[in-house]
Amino acid sequence: MPVKVSMTVNGKPVAAEVEERTLLVSFIREHLRLTGTHVGCDTAQCGACTIHMNGNAVKACNMLAMQAEGADILTIEGVAAADGTLHPMQEAFREHHALQCGFCTPGMVMSAIDLVKRHPKPTEAVVRAELDGNFCRCTGYHNIVKAILDAAPKVAAMR
Amino acid sequence: MYAFDYQKAKSVADAAAALAKNPDAKALAGGQSLIAAMKLRLAAPQALVDLGSIAELRGIKADGKHLVIGAMTRHSEVVFSGDVKKAIPALAHLAGEIGDRMVRNMGTLGGSIAHNDPAADYPAAVLGLGATVETNKRKVAADDFFKGIYETALEPGELVTSVSFPIPKRAGYVKFKQPASRFALVGVFVAETGSGVRVAVTGASPCVFRVPEMEKALASKFAPESVANIKLPAKGLNSDIHASPEYRAHLVTVMAKRAVQAALG
Repeated sequence: MPVKVSMTVNGKPVAAEVEERTLLVSFIREHLRLTGTHVGCDTAQCGACTIHMNGNAVKACNMLAMQAEGADILTIEGVAAADGTLHPMQEAFREHHALQCGFCTPGMVMSAIDLVKRHPKPTEAVVRAELDGNFCRCTGYHNIVKAILDAAPKVAAMR
Repeated sequence: MYAFDYQKAKSVADAAAALAKNPDAKALAGGQSLIAAMKLRLAAPQALVDLGSIAELRGIKADGKHLVIGAMTRHSEVVFSGDVKKAIPALAHLAGEIGDRMVRNMGTLGGSIAHNDPAADYPAAVLGLGATVETNKRKVAADDFFKGIYETALEPGELVTSVSFPIPKRAGYVKFKQPASRFALVGVFVAETGSGVRVAVTGASPCVFRVPEMEKALASKFAPESVANIKLPAKGLNSDIHASPEYRAHLVTVMAKRAVQAALG
């Protein structure tokens, strides 16, 4: 029996009829066609599917779309400003070349924004420890950490 | 994933009624273990009763003697709660060691203890602090709650509603993380409470357990050296690709020493 699900995604209200078993990441990618959110491991290990639900980073592959009923969802597509200006975290990832193949990048950026929200002045050790839920299989962590440290004060200044 | 029915419960009574009506239904808390288990068909409930919208199950209250945490309170809420940090800093520390930040934003206290994974962190705190588990039917002492591997005293249709932690004089939790899963290879929670010293071990055996010998030694002197020479027999401890029973037995002593040190600050 399909169920009705509705939520706000990147500022826009969306609603659909889905099967109960639909994962949030499938809803985002396959129903809304927002394919910036990736599926890496599909077992809540790698963090490629990280999105924000009501302002907190969560793994969209490890929850049902129904668990996000009524929630405010932000995906990588909604992070930049309306005029296309990159979010300071995205800009820092570009500036520091904090990616190699790019597959983990959307999840890294979403996780990093949440990281600096919780730790506005992180040390390198804090950034490395707090990135334990995001894997980069190119092992490009060095520049990812640099980008997050560089972006932290700029993201804090946005508030 | 396979097909199943889904229902969003509006209240504890609503959830309990739905679970009582369908013995093949399961309660969905944060889902950080359950959804993963369902994908792997390690769990295959016919229906899920989602507790996510029940406001009465969320929140943290401190009254000076107890810290009461609602079953659906997320790990991250415990990590950043001023009340928890003030009353039982070891509990905030423990919550911050669970999984990763994204998992902590979804996972819940009630889900963790109802699931009773042999390597989960929260059971060590609940048993180590001598907490009381409150359900929609009764109050269960921690010593009577954890029964075995993935097994608790909860009856069909019974839901954890909150956990009441007595505020200890001091407490500490240290775990040796299994680096891929971040579950405890071995974790030890030590607490000096009004009713004596308690030592609870997770990750080492099929179910969280206490170590009376360590408790006795710490009661006469609360210092790391009191437990330094207390070794657990390896027999009966968990054995897997990550660690032998002998290694786990060794880790219990080392983690216990460190947990006492952490409690002393």
